[in-house]
Amino acid sequence: MTDNGQAEAFVEFDRVQKSYDGEVLVVKDLNLSMPKGEFLTMLGPSGSGKTTCLMMLAGFETATHGEIRLNGQEINNIPPHKRGIGMVFQNYALFPHMTVNENLAFPLEVRGMGKSEREAAVKRALDMVQMGEFGNRRPAQLSGGQQQRIALARALVFQPELVLMDEPLGALDKQLREHMQFEITRLAHELGITTVYVTHDQTEALTMSDRVAVFNDGRIQQLAPPDQLYEQPDNSFVAQFIGENNTLDGVVSEIGNGTALVKLSDGSVIDATPVNVSHAGEQTRVSIRPERVEFDMSRLPEGAHTLKAEVKEFVYMGDIFRTRLSVAGNDDFIVKTRNAADQVRLTPGQTVEIGWKPEDCRALDAD
Amino acid sequence: MTAETGAQDALVTADGKPLKAALRAAQARSKRRAFYLVAPLLVFILLTFVAPILQMLHQSIHNDGFTMHEDVISHERTPLMVNLRQWFDENPRGTAPDEAAYAAIAADLLVLREVKAGGQVGTRVNYERSRSRSMFTKAVRRAERLEPPFEAAFMDLDEDWADPELWAAMRSSASAYTMNFYLAAIDKVRAPDGSITNVDEDRALYKKLFGRTLVLSLLITFLTFVLAYPIAHLLATLPLRYSNLLMIFVLLPFWTSLLVRTTSWMVLLQSQGVLNDALVGSGILADENRVQLMYNQAGTVIAMTHILLPFMVLPLYSVMRPINPSYVRAARSLGATSWTAFRRIYFPQTVPGIGAGALLVFILAVGYYITPALVGGADGTLISNLIAYHMTGSLNWSLAAALAGMLLIGILILYWLYDLLVGIDNLKLG
Repeated sequence: MTDNGQAEAFVEFDRVQKSYDGEVLVVKDLNLSMPKGEFLTMLGPSGSGKTTCLMMLAGFETATHGEIRLNGQEINNIPPHKRGIGMVFQNYALFPHMTVNENLAFPLEVRGMGKSEREAAVKRALDMVQMGEFGNRRPAQLSGGQQQRIALARALVFQPELVLMDEPLGALDKQLREHMQFEITRLAHELGITTVYVTHDQTEALTMSDRVAVFNDGRIQQLAPPDQLYEQPDNSFVAQFIGENNTLDGVVSEIGNGTALVKLSDGSVIDATPVNVSHAGEQTRVSIRPERVEFDMSRLPEGAHTLKAEVKEFVYMGDIFRTRLSVAGNDDFIVKTRNAADQVRLTPGQTVEIGWKPEDCRALDAD
Repeated sequence: MTAETGAQDALVTADGKPLKAALRAAQARSKRRAFYLVAPLLVFILLTFVAPILQMLHQSIHNDGFTMHEDVISHERTPLMVNLRQWFDENPRGTAPDEAAYAAIAADLLVLREVKAGGQVGTRVNYERSRSRSMFTKAVRRAERLEPPFEAAFMDLDEDWADPELWAAMRSSASAYTMNFYLAAIDKVRAPDGSITNVDEDRALYKKLFGRTLVLSLLITFLTFVLAYPIAHLLATLPLRYSNLLMIFVLLPFWTSLLVRTTSWMVLLQSQGVLNDALVGSGILADENRVQLMYNQAGTVIAMTHILLPFMVLPLYSVMRPINPSYVRAARSLGATSWTAFRRIYFPQTVPGIGAGALLVFILAVGYYITPALVGGADGTLISNLIAYHMTGSLNWSLAAALAGMLLIGILILYWLYDLLVGIDNLKLG
């Protein structure tokens, strides 16, 4: 899924740039290629350009430079209603003066579909989202989750090959959101539709997507499957943005053979995997996931460097323990441990020894 | 409390009082306080709005000018035309006046002379039959010299005293309560035999004016709608800092005196005015072909459309502002052209605003007075100008009240129709 040849690309952004005012580029040199059937999420903080990209794909914004291709055909100058792209909006945008049935029939009607065919298609779409009995209701008579399902059904009813979703679950409560995440991915895979999903919620991105494009500052920072994104972030931004992350600043003292030694500000030395550093003496910021830090030194490879750390806080969270440490001048160093039967519960003030496998610690750009 | 008692008896509070009574008592105080807050406004509205309207409606069916005189200074009330009214009671409608009838009038004229009410009575009869007032004042002047046989004496005064229309008019005037003013308001009159007939073609006026008022008001409503819809849309979609500026231009007329606005239209529209000068100056019009834009219906329509425009813009704006642009985007993404998206998605959502604006503009236009009076000329006056004429010119307040009453009824019918067709709860003013 990661590396796709250009030939089978279904959606393509080719050196796309976008500026609203001629002074600031909101999207800077975007290149993206999606195969048919992929579920791709654009993830990023607000103002990172992800929604602009979606709107350019839908046809509501024009690219200032570059080409957007759908199925090999350039669509820059095709108006939105001729693109045949289904779209789910953040606020659902269900037409308030129409019933659910009329809402769903709308895209079929403007395509000139006959009445009986239309009714059958609407019914199929409603059944697909388990809303068969709600056809005669008005959107205002539905709950948020039900509206969400209708919006989804409406975007799918005319059988588009590409569906865009702009933070569709933002307005739902947590439980419903998790349920809908599952529902949407199930439908997308069952129907084999290509989906571009925009969100700022990283959990949503990780659980739903085939690939995630992390946006920041108008650029894609990393485009990778969720596991790769989490475990092997390409740069500090991605490491910080996805999941919880510990960082330590230092200087590369030795590098080679796929590992590096990093000297921290307090003089201690740690093992790391070089990612964005190439030679000794370079400033770096290392990143370690809280659940990859070990207290048990016997689990580390031979010759691994360890650090002394002071326990600042211990939080019992049920399934896990969350321990805050002071490590090499960083007071916010978090370690998560599973609540296993033999797991030690640390007390604040205690000094412990910590360490990690070199591959879990990534030496990134110092930014 | 157990479940069984709860199902049968009304709910009670912890100490056994009925729950409903306790709730009422608890709310009574706050309700009373709320009422005190609105009481001044309520009294104000009752005194200055409801009471005058009721009085106006009463006046439209009640005029005791023929039957009662009240002295301006002493407020002493004297019944008038007692003898004649008795004769009317004894003789059915259509009876030719006999000597007794003339004798009755002669006796009544003496009373009129005494309390100086000849003009008042004559004016009342004059409403039903013109030229009656002078007959009465003349007769009152000579009341003391009238002697039997009275019929001949009256014929001596004026042959018209035998006119059946005069007698019909007096019979109508004899009862203070009458529908004749409403009949007059729709160009009808009661014939001597009591049947209702149309007035002469050349004197029919009100129906034509009602019709013109209706047509012009509809035209003005339509024009304001056509002009206001794009403005309101622009206001609703522009970024706030631009739309605020634009909004000031929309509201500017509200902050200018109505008279100033109307007179500035006069400056613009008159045949030697700015508009005509510009057209002539630019060679579009020849000097001798200056367009008559004022003192006719065109003037009324142009000036009133401008003056009433904000009343259409504001309700439209208030429904358009909250319409999320994603509706139209959704429609577009679902395959609708921009025209279809507008027609099927945007426009239906603005209908409540259109209804409110149209109702507001129409009702205001129907009752508009100053502008048509100033720029309308003879051709462009509306029914309200005639009401004003009867209030201040002819002093026939009952007819003015009847005309105003007709207008009120018409508007209420329209309102009811609107409620039937669109639903009044769909009305959105702001």
